[in-house]
Amino acid sequence: MIDVQHLESIASQVRRDIVRMVHAVQSGHPGGSLGCADYFTALFFGVMDHRPQPFSMDAKGEDVFVLSNGHISPVYYSVLARSGYFPVSELATFRKLNSRLQGHPATHEHLPGVRIATGSLGQGLSVATGLAIAKKMNGEQKHVFALCGDGEIQEGQIWEAIMFAAHNKLDNMIITIDANGRQIDGDTKDIMGFEDLAPRFAAFGCDVMHMDGNNMQAVVNGLQEAKSRCGKGKPVVIIMQTEMGYPVDFMVGSHEWHGIAPNDDQLASALAQMPETLGDY
Amino acid sequence: MKTYTVQNEKDTRSGFGAGLSELGKSNPDVVAMCADLTGSLKMDAFQKEFPDRFIQTGIAEANMIGMAAGLATAGKIPFTGTFANFSTGRVYDQIRQSVAYSGKNVKICASHAGLTLGEDGATHQILEDIGMMKMLPGMTVINPCDYNQTKAATIAIAAYEGPVYLRFGRPKVPNFTDPDQKFEIGKALMINEGADVSIFCTGHMVWKAIEAGHILAEKGIDAEIINIHTIKPLDETAILDSVSKTRCAVTAEEHQMNGGLGDSVAQVLARKLPAPIEMVAVNDSFGESGTPNQLMAKYGIDTINIVEAAERVMKRK
Repeated sequence: MIDVQHLESIASQVRRDIVRMVHAVQSGHPGGSLGCADYFTALFFGVMDHRPQPFSMDAKGEDVFVLSNGHISPVYYSVLARSGYFPVSELATFRKLNSRLQGHPATHEHLPGVRIATGSLGQGLSVATGLAIAKKMNGEQKHVFALCGDGEIQEGQIWEAIMFAAHNKLDNMIITIDANGRQIDGDTKDIMGFEDLAPRFAAFGCDVMHMDGNNMQAVVNGLQEAKSRCGKGKPVVIIMQTEMGYPVDFMVGSHEWHGIAPNDDQLASALAQMPETLGDY
Repeated sequence: MKTYTVQNEKDTRSGFGAGLSELGKSNPDVVAMCADLTGSLKMDAFQKEFPDRFIQTGIAEANMIGMAAGLATAGKIPFTGTFANFSTGRVYDQIRQSVAYSGKNVKICASHAGLTLGEDGATHQILEDIGMMKMLPGMTVINPCDYNQTKAATIAIAAYEGPVYLRFGRPKVPNFTDPDQKFEIGKALMINEGADVSIFCTGHMVWKAIEAGHILAEKGIDAEIINIHTIKPLDETAILDSVSKTRCAVTAEEHQMNGGLGDSVAQVLARKLPAPIEMVAVNDSFGESGTPNQLMAKYGIDTINIVEAAERVMKRK
């Protein structure tokens, strides 16, 4: 049984990590990171069967996660560190010279937990698809989780991967779309009106479900349900409704916080809204 | 001038297909992927024999490269197959981020490279692929010269850990290298020892260089001919040893002059052993429809062009 309250307290710490990391170097992507903190926490501290130590690149016998929208690296790094892949103190090196915590996730510096470089959008889902094929070939009864942004799915490669996964019945994939409705230049509905996502993925042959991404109980239930829908001949797609910047009051409701850093006052205000639970790094 | 016996005329892509089938038998981690060109890439034998390790990706090359990176992450050895144009230019960013920067053990196998693709024309005749691939940190770039060598190279790259670009072609060309050769990545091969001029050649141009060597010999010119099947990492020692003897160089390739083998050889010579160099390559131009022989003649990458380049460069010593 997953302890939802415990997950909520971890997510609060993860959110503190995110704003502190981005504030420290005055660069990075806090908006999408905050919005996805519940999803990441539920995945890495509850739903996913994974082994942080010793880290194995091939993930044989483990569930595996691929972050396709690599710019939300702060949330990824925080959950990786907090779940034991590398020391929490290393979060202080985010985006700095000689760090393993590159602006966008990379394998080049051998950061445990990261299996592929992402950042140029649309590519991670294909990598996840390759991992799903490998698990099928190996006869592993394990899941491949992938996260994509709802802006990211404007990339054609996403649909190449979805087409392939559906055609090849990769029913060990759980693909989550972070539907926060925002992208750098504005709202997704204005940039590339594509908001009615479920029928599009369904038409491509996926089993589509919805999930409230900023309610821990709903996220846990949603991910568990997604797992139960696996093995039935279709990749599972979760349209995950989130708020960019959640729960920081001055960040929600706009696309502005996609890729800018809070100043000192904004940091203090944001931290006051998210209690320290596990100890700041 | 050493004489080579042509065993038969065969396409290098068939050498790839034969090598891949052997790998299917010897290495259970090898996975073959193809973007709807299985027959053209000669991957059908592998597909028939190892259907569980063959992946038809459809006409979706970007996804193929990404999935290959995923398969490699899981410990497989994926060989992707499509035309050279779709293997490189179309998917450059996918190769850059998901394969090269991520250090994945993906073998990008590319057929129909260069002008000798022929009648399909410039849309398909990529002449920039070597340049694009060699610029990527950590990428190995191989361009074997005939059927036997392509087969040997295909087998060799499976045993090497890291991303590789393997380039081959469509037409039947003289098959003259040892059928039992062991392919050594990064090791240039001496075709003919000579004293007057070094000819560094790659791919289909190796046979053209041999033809040129015979013509030059008749003219009293003793050409040293070296097969640079691996453009990256480049066998600098072989180049420097040869040019320190001959004091001048010709390069020959089925590629743009910008970014190709000539570029790489010139860099080595400029840094370590300045010497006159002439480059037989396509000069900042797209190709067009035609037969392979017509195109090589029209675009200046034929036997006679190597002969003339050798004569020119010797005068600049």
